[in-house]
Amino acid sequence: MTPALALERITCTFAAREDRSKRYTAVKDTTLVVAPGEFVSVVGPTGCGKSTLLNVAAGLLEPSAGSVMVNGDPLTGVNRHAGYLFQADALMPWRNALDNVVAGLEFQGLPCGRARERGEQWLKRVGLAGFGDRYPHQLSGGMRKRVALAQTLILGPRILLMDEPFSALDIQTRQLMENELLELWSADRKSVVFITHDLEEAIALSDRVVVLSAGPETHPIGEFAIDLPRPRDVSEIRLTPHFIELHGEIWHRMKSEVLKGYAQQQQ
Amino acid sequence: MRNNSNEARKRPAWKPGARRTRIYQLLLAAALLLLWQLATSPTLLPPIFFDDPNKAAFFFGEPLKAAARIWVWFTTGEIYRHLWVTLIETLLAFVIGTVSGLVVGIWLGLAPGASALFDPYIKAANAMPRVILAPIFFLWFGLGIASKVALGVTLVFFIVFFNVYQGVREVSPVVLANARMLGASPRQLLRYVYLPSAMSWVFASLHNSVGLAFVGAVVGEYLGSSEGVGYLIQQAEGVFDINTVVAGIVVLTAFALALDGIVSLVERRLMVWQPKSGETERL
Repeated sequence: MTPALALERITCTFAAREDRSKRYTAVKDTTLVVAPGEFVSVVGPTGCGKSTLLNVAAGLLEPSAGSVMVNGDPLTGVNRHAGYLFQADALMPWRNALDNVVAGLEFQGLPCGRARERGEQWLKRVGLAGFGDRYPHQLSGGMRKRVALAQTLILGPRILLMDEPFSALDIQTRQLMENELLELWSADRKSVVFITHDLEEAIALSDRVVVLSAGPETHPIGEFAIDLPRPRDVSEIRLTPHFIELHGEIWHRMKSEVLKGYAQQQQ
Repeated sequence: MRNNSNEARKRPAWKPGARRTRIYQLLLAAALLLLWQLATSPTLLPPIFFDDPNKAAFFFGEPLKAAARIWVWFTTGEIYRHLWVTLIETLLAFVIGTVSGLVVGIWLGLAPGASALFDPYIKAANAMPRVILAPIFFLWFGLGIASKVALGVTLVFFIVFFNVYQGVREVSPVVLANARMLGASPRQLLRYVYLPSAMSWVFASLHNSVGLAFVGAVVGEYLGSSEGVGYLIQQAEGVFDINTVVAGIVVLTAFALALDGIVSLVERRLMVWQPKSGETERL
């Protein structure tokens, strides 16, 4: 089967702005293959270049070396098959919730009436019916994430790229959002690359967890299949013995990298 | 609807104490005018400073006479022609300067090569005291409206330009990347991301530029014209009629305030998406 997304031997090197000879290699020789319908989480210590990898997959960043294949075709420009959920607020603050949700349809040139109709449906699906006329600053962090989710999913991307989307939310809101994400995902099984530094979140959501080393020159150091049964409830599954077993196993592999990353940040 | 009622409830138009402040403000104005009237009147007080009792009034004018002047202007309709000319010049300078500042600001904000090339020239043009361009504009455009508009445009343009330039360069990279991922073409990015983002900076600059558009119009009239409020002031000065000068200043100030109010009104209508300080309307 052709993978939905294949990052092959990706290396990303950045030249320092002041001194062109000083280079920083964020990601080195990394291969990540995502099957259609697969939910893959990428975990790693902070500052290890996880977002860099995702930006490469999105086509927002061109890798220094390596290739990106989407459904078997090489990627040029922005990845049209992918939706991207950003870590930071990415909603247009001058558009209300509904106008934000329909932005992608508007860019495609869909007539306003039909776009709004679908936008209302999606607002309802993310639990924000009746909030269409609110501006982002009038919404809570969790609600803004829901709007962003609807904004991305309304275009029906086959691949969903998520960059620590829930890291800014409090723990309760976060678990609610994670469950909602799983429910939305189970409806049509997109391929998902979910970046996080939270191992529990990664295990609870995914089919597979990829562990990255500390930066610079980040590369995968381990891969773990998560064979927990679906559908899952993220707050309950954390308490099952198999979850704890998996967590222990992966954490054992991650620990030294996390400490390394922490030591680097202390410098 | 719910939105509006909420705002009305949470942000009352008059905070407690605001009414009292307004009363004090009016009292202060009345006191200053009274003092002015007393100090300059040739008959009410013995001359303290000047040997001639009429001299204070000659130098500082008398508020009552200035008010009478304004009254005569508006009742006889004598001022309308001049006011009309000044307002037209101001509005034209304001609109042309704002639009050209917006266009050039967006262009240079998006074209790093061009902005690097023009950078020293823009800095020089902005540093130059632009009133000295007036004689050149008189030569080019004559003594009519056009030369005053040109002067006003040179003042307004740079204010708006620098703000838009800054605004375009500080568009949130995340919002931009998100719009690209949602499939926006470069053209759509300009229309749906750069332009609205720059608009908040434009509005921040419009209050300044309204005032400067007025400066351009009035200074231009003052330096050479046959109509306009600046011309009236200049004529009055020629015959040492200080009361008319004061009356002209008062009329101009009132209209500048009115224009500024209109800008605020438009701003409030168009910038509803911006969080206002102290507004706690989260759910």
